[in-house]
Amino acid sequence: MGLRTSLGEETLRDEHQLRAKLRTLADGAATGLAVLATVMVVAPLVAIFVYLVYKGAVSLNWAFFTHNPVPVGEAGGGMANAIVGSGILLGVGSLIGIPIGIAGGIFLAEFGRGTRLANAIRFTADVLNGVPSIVMGIAVYSLVVVPQGHFSAFSGGVALGIMMIPTVCRTTEEMLLMVPHAVREAALALGVPNWRSVLSITVRTASAGIITGCMLAFARVAGETAPLIFTAFGNVGWSEKLSEPIAALPLQIYVYALSPYDEWHRLAWAGALVLIVLIVLAVSLVRYVTSRGVLKGAS
Amino acid sequence: MGVSIEVTNLNAWYGTNHTLQDIDLNIPANHATALIGPSGCGKSTFVRCLNRMHETNPIARVTGTVLIGGLDIYADAKPVEIRRRVGMVFQRPNPFPTMSIYDNVAAGLKLNGYSNRKVLDEIVEKSLKNSALWEEVKDELKKKSGASLSGGQQQRLCIARALAVDPEVLLMDEPASALDPVSTSKIEDLIFQLKSQYTIVIVTHNMQQAARVAEKTGFFLNGRMVEFDSTHKIFTNPSDKRTEDYITGRFG
Amino acid sequence: MTRIRFQQSLEELKEQLLVMAGLAEQSIQRAIEAYRVRDLSICNLVSISEMSINRLEREIDQAALDLLAMEQPMAIDLRFILSVIKINADLERVGDAAKSISDRVRSMEQMAQADLPVDIPRMAELAEEMVRKSLQAFIEGDAELARSILTMDDAVDAMNRAAYKALTKVMEEQSHLAPQALNALMISRALERVADHATNIAEDVIFWVQGADVRHHKSLKTAPDPHTME
Repeated sequence: MGLRTSLGEETLRDEHQLRAKLRTLADGAATGLAVLATVMVVAPLVAIFVYLVYKGAVSLNWAFFTHNPVPVGEAGGGMANAIVGSGILLGVGSLIGIPIGIAGGIFLAEFGRGTRLANAIRFTADVLNGVPSIVMGIAVYSLVVVPQGHFSAFSGGVALGIMMIPTVCRTTEEMLLMVPHAVREAALALGVPNWRSVLSITVRTASAGIITGCMLAFARVAGETAPLIFTAFGNVGWSEKLSEPIAALPLQIYVYALSPYDEWHRLAWAGALVLIVLIVLAVSLVRYVTSRGVLKGAS
Repeated sequence: MGVSIEVTNLNAWYGTNHTLQDIDLNIPANHATALIGPSGCGKSTFVRCLNRMHETNPIARVTGTVLIGGLDIYADAKPVEIRRRVGMVFQRPNPFPTMSIYDNVAAGLKLNGYSNRKVLDEIVEKSLKNSALWEEVKDELKKKSGASLSGGQQQRLCIARALAVDPEVLLMDEPASALDPVSTSKIEDLIFQLKSQYTIVIVTHNMQQAARVAEKTGFFLNGRMVEFDSTHKIFTNPSDKRTEDYITGRFG
Repeated sequence: MTRIRFQQSLEELKEQLLVMAGLAEQSIQRAIEAYRVRDLSICNLVSISEMSINRLEREIDQAALDLLAMEQPMAIDLRFILSVIKINADLERVGDAAKSISDRVRSMEQMAQADLPVDIPRMAELAEEMVRKSLQAFIEGDAELARSILTMDDAVDAMNRAAYKALTKVMEEQSHLAPQALNALMISRALERVADHATNIAEDVIFWVQGADVRHHKSLKTAPDPHTME
């Protein structure tokens, strides 16, 4: 910047000032674009939520949470069985999907690095992730419902569980890989066997991230409808056993939304609102519970 | 009590890279021995061969004999056993981030099956005292995480953790290079005190540090050990011109 | 080659010491010349030199201290700086000896000429040669040359002892010549000290170049252990 033009220092100074002004403008424009982009991303989310509250809150009452559906025309009625049913299905699904996913993630990150088997597993998980949920439902229908001879909560849980596996597995793998090499070395240098080091040190260090992965998978399948159509099938009343068909919120919303009855439409809106709120609550609860165990200043 | 280390004809590779060539060395028991040399000379690889950490790298290979207290650590023992007897402190402090101070120190013991609370409490206290950290953390052992301490304290925590499993040898790979001068002094004083109970091998870039803490010093260059002698001799009148050129700063 | 600035500082330190050495050597030469021709103006030159020598001694010590503190010298560099500090002190004492001789010359000016049985010029020649060689050894880092000086000290010591015997005899038997004899004795002592300092310089050069401490080599063999006094 030390070149002097033949026109002298004044021109140089003006040029500097002009450049400075342009820089400030560019800075402002970039910031503005970033803000705009953020708004455009958040806006649909906010819009949906606001609309749901608008349309759904009006139908929320105590009966919604405590009563089962009633035939069209009758007053009252709610989605108690669907709420509980979703809980049960997600419970079964988590019991299936999370352990398998975490175990797979541990294998991919710690024991199978670079092996052909690991690459095959990873590829399979990615493909599984891309399978359309309706196809998943049909597949579980053929594999579980047909041999058993009936729709069931169990088959619904299986379908949801399988859908959770890829997300849990890949996130677990990535979180484990993010554990610094130094931490693993520290464990090894203490004379801890490798498998023990992986479970007690590496997994523990990555636990926050792994839990996040599980919650991501949970939140995703909580709203799935298609896989439940041919597996859980739905129920107008309470289900006594896992081998019986069971109601689920997304399923119920789907059925009611497609129906021609206004009363059912309003219930569907309420159901949608409740579904979203319950997912948010579940995720927050898990976050809160796990953060209680974290120590002062831990990373 | 510490034990002596006898290295004979040690060669090490990373893939095709012949990192260590024909190393012969006798490290005396209950002394501090310093290893100096320019970057990439192989001194870190050497110490990692002493606790069989070198082979954790899939492309690593070792030949030769290492006798620790008379035991051939490659032919007659498993890596896990050796690492319990030969502790290691790394260049960057690496406490387990999600564990408390207490759990960090007890980690080596707990993960090897010890569970008696009273015994663990005693060992944790003794190790923290031996690493000059007890006074600073005794009130917050279980409440504070290992990662919340300052750099110098974290390194002393790692030393306590290594001492808790009662090794005979302590390997230190540039333990103070990431620390400020005050913390460095504390670590050096610590090494001085620990010498009487353990055999200490310290890799360092800092020649003044080697001169301050070690009785014997070895100079590594390009994978070979050029000179190994008393620290006094190495730093006042070394026998090999290459050693002299390195320590006077004419290269490296 | 790294640490270029440090190497340059070491060279500068050496240059400074050589300036000091030149002054000290010159002072001795002038003092002996003043003795030979009894020229007081030369004595004045010696006195002026003395002040420069003292100032240089302080400067060199300061420069050496700075290098020790700032540069953490090791091995040969450390030995070099240590020997510079010691040679510095020896050269200053050589300057003192020259002044001492020149003071004797001044006081002898008042006295009558006397023919004394002592060969001052020969002693001076030897002492000067020792100083010159030891400084040569320093300039070139030549330990062998330095070793050759160690044996020359014996000759000068012998001459000093002989001078002592002869001059005390003169003082007893020809007491009117006592003042001259006494002055001659003091000059002989000064020259013996110059030879000692040259020997020290040679020993320091050997320490620097070879790392060997060859001081007091003769007396060490029979000396009692200072720790046990046995």
